[in-house]
Amino acid sequence: MDTYYKPEHLPRFGEIAEGSQPLADAFFSYYGKVFEDGALTAREKALIALAVAHTVQCPYCIDAYTSDSLAKGADLEQMTEAVHVACAIRGGASLVHGIQMLDQAKAQLM
Amino acid sequence: MSDFSLSSGDGAALALPILETVQDGPKRTTSLHARRAPLTAPAAQLHALDALALTDGPTGTGSFEADLAAVGWGDGLRPAPLEIFQINVGKLCNMTCRHCHVDAGPDRVDENMDRETVEACLRAIDASGAHTVDLTGGAPELNPHFAYLVDECVARGLHIIDRCNLTILTTRRYRHLPAWFAERSVEVACSLPHYRQLGTDAQRGDGTYAKSIEALQALNAAGYGQGDPKRVLTLVTNPVGAFLPGNQASLETEWKAALARNHGVAFDRLFALTNLPISRYLEWQLEKGMVEAYMERLVSAFNPATLDGLMCRNTISVSWDGRLFDCDFNQQLEIEAVVPAMTRPHVRDFDLAAWQARRIATARHCYGCTAGSGSSCGGATV
Repeated sequence: MDTYYKPEHLPRFGEIAEGSQPLADAFFSYYGKVFEDGALTAREKALIALAVAHTVQCPYCIDAYTSDSLAKGADLEQMTEAVHVACAIRGGASLVHGIQMLDQAKAQLM
Repeated sequence: MSDFSLSSGDGAALALPILETVQDGPKRTTSLHARRAPLTAPAAQLHALDALALTDGPTGTGSFEADLAAVGWGDGLRPAPLEIFQINVGKLCNMTCRHCHVDAGPDRVDENMDRETVEACLRAIDASGAHTVDLTGGAPELNPHFAYLVDECVARGLHIIDRCNLTILTTRRYRHLPAWFAERSVEVACSLPHYRQLGTDAQRGDGTYAKSIEALQALNAAGYGQGDPKRVLTLVTNPVGAFLPGNQASLETEWKAALARNHGVAFDRLFALTNLPISRYLEWQLEKGMVEAYMERLVSAFNPATLDGLMCRNTISVSWDGRLFDCDFNQQLEIEAVVPAMTRPHVRDFDLAAWQARRIATARHCYGCTAGSGSSCGGATV
């Protein structure tokens, strides 16, 4: 393997069933249900997926949910805001640990 | 490509290549016709589609007729009872949208239906048994015989649809139309690609969104969009890009909530249409180098369940000069209807029995109407 992350892997996602058809069937059936219109609309779910894709830094998911967000009727501003939500949570998650640092530091400082 | 520099934090500047996107987003578009672009010729458009190597769909050949045959339509597409008499009254428009399949614009002053052809249409409408007259363009309101044609159809008790670009309703000369339409129970089917500004202006030009909202508010004030079957306000969305429309019912729910929340605007129903790769939309795809991927997407989404409800089966399409076509897309590609015992079929010679005996002419652009949930002037077909 000369490189990780090959674009052609995304359309081959279904081949994961080779090792276990029942588990793949269960996963893809569940996956499909998750993204149907429910209490949240399909567009809102696509935007959440887009934000999460940036958090888990999955290039397959970023491509897939950029297309899916557009197809579900989101526009570029909504998609950019979704990515900023991911960004803010990631940044905030680092920063809030700073309170642990603060307490530890204070315990040791004069 | 152009360079964008970012401070590296250590005094040096990092050069970041960013994509040049000047051809996208809000800007002025002109018609292919005005630019004398080679793609103006329908033959050039058909050739561009035929040249693509398409490998998906039922037969993997990219032949629409072969794929029809493979799913049980070996006799081709045949007419259903004729219901809709669609007239494209001209290519003149106050707008020049990026995706326009008619290549309409302010420069198209010559191609407009004259009174004699309007009269021939009315005679054909009487002979057709159609219950609906669907007026499109261009901006159909700009045709000098528009009011006459509408009134004659009203007198015949027909359902009338005006395919409206919305912005025309904000011009001084046409500001009376919402009330005028309401008096005549004309259904207004309005183009609005997105319920927010960015996508709408990118596809239809700067400032379109604000004018469209103003026009929708005027239509609401005239009684449209409140669930009254005599004042039906339909919105029509085309994707602002190279993707298929989302689920029509899901989009309608979101659009209603968003337009009500942001502007207090109400409407009755949403039609989600697929962009067909012809004319200016095809030009945009060719410029972006994505026409093959888009066509392959349409072909791989070929859905036999869409065939029953295809608009070409229950619609007649008449051009500004009175010629007859299976649909408005075939009209723009100048693929004339093939009617038994008629050469260059014209509305003045309309014969219902002959019309119903025809076989609908198809080419690769037809994959646009059969993809996914299907697409027609009446929205999704599945």
